[in-house]
Amino acid sequence: MQASTDTLDPLAVAEAWVCEGRQVAIATVIETWGSAPRPVGSHLVIDGAGNFEGSVSGGCVEGAVIGEAADILETGKAKILEFGVADETAWRVGLSCGGRIRVLVERVDG
Amino acid sequence: MDLATLQALNAARTSRRAAAVFTDLETDQSVLCVEGERCADEWIDAMTAALRSGKPGMIMAGGRSLFLNVYLPPPRILVVGAVHISQALARMAAVAGFDLTILDPRTAFATAERFSGVELIADWPEDVLKVRPLDRFTALVAVTHDPKIDDEPIRAALAAGCFYVGALGSRKTHASRVERLRRLGLSDEAIARVRAPIGLDIGATSPAEIAVAILAEIIEALRRRDILSGSEEPR
Repeated sequence: MQASTDTLDPLAVAEAWVCEGRQVAIATVIETWGSAPRPVGSHLVIDGAGNFEGSVSGGCVEGAVIGEAADILETGKAKILEFGVADETAWRVGLSCGGRIRVLVERVDG
Repeated sequence: MDLATLQALNAARTSRRAAAVFTDLETDQSVLCVEGERCADEWIDAMTAALRSGKPGMIMAGGRSLFLNVYLPPPRILVVGAVHISQALARMAAVAGFDLTILDPRTAFATAERFSGVELIADWPEDVLKVRPLDRFTALVAVTHDPKIDDEPIRAALAAGCFYVGALGSRKTHASRVERLRRLGLSDEAIARVRAPIGLDIGATSPAEIAVAILAEIIEALRRRDILSGSEEPR
């Protein structure tokens, strides 16, 4: 059947990137509280140069996740990031919709 | 997640099989379970529950905190009949985010000119379904009005547990269809799953309006049903 072509599939992109020899991290929304822009299970994938595909919020915290991903790509150690209105950093990066989210960021190891 | 797991997950998704990934948040180890494949005993219950609800989330298993992600195939619509209604439905389905394919063995109807940009197969449904089987994540819309073309895909859709099976025709037409489906060996319970007359009752008259009614009924079936067990959720 025809693939939906209006958006790229983040996990397919991640696999393609790894096969090109790029370092790739997968960020996944693992928990949400209150009003969260993207549901649990949503993916954002990031490469070593900061290219990304997909989303874990409506654009509010992607910048911070991409920043953390650089670290995780280097160390290979997965991390859980939390963003919400109670968190000053998160507020600064803008999850202003009032919700809280937890995001798992892990490296794809070949 | 390691690359092999990612590749196996993507392969399952590409072949339209439901899959679940368990990630241990302490160790960052991931385990993949794919519908129809063997899965370690300790994961079977959580896997079954996850695929039934379709809901990812945190779970506790064996004293460990795990994240369970669920990947269900995207819903698609298979239309039998390259008719006026299908022309409108094809355009609306694309906007609503469904993949859609049209089958019709009548080459006079199934022309690229009438269905530009739509996947169109000018062949008999029983031949096409042999190589592209139906699944629970597919909606079947039968609109040719011709039992020779419609009946077999309707039977196949009920057997495959398609989340939606709709057939065009008046109540009288449907009554004779029910008789034919019985003769094909289908139970009354299975036959009762056929939505006919097709589409939500919104007084639709034109082909485009009927397409709206059909698409709305498909969305209702998708969102109000547990598409894996086929059971109706309370409204």
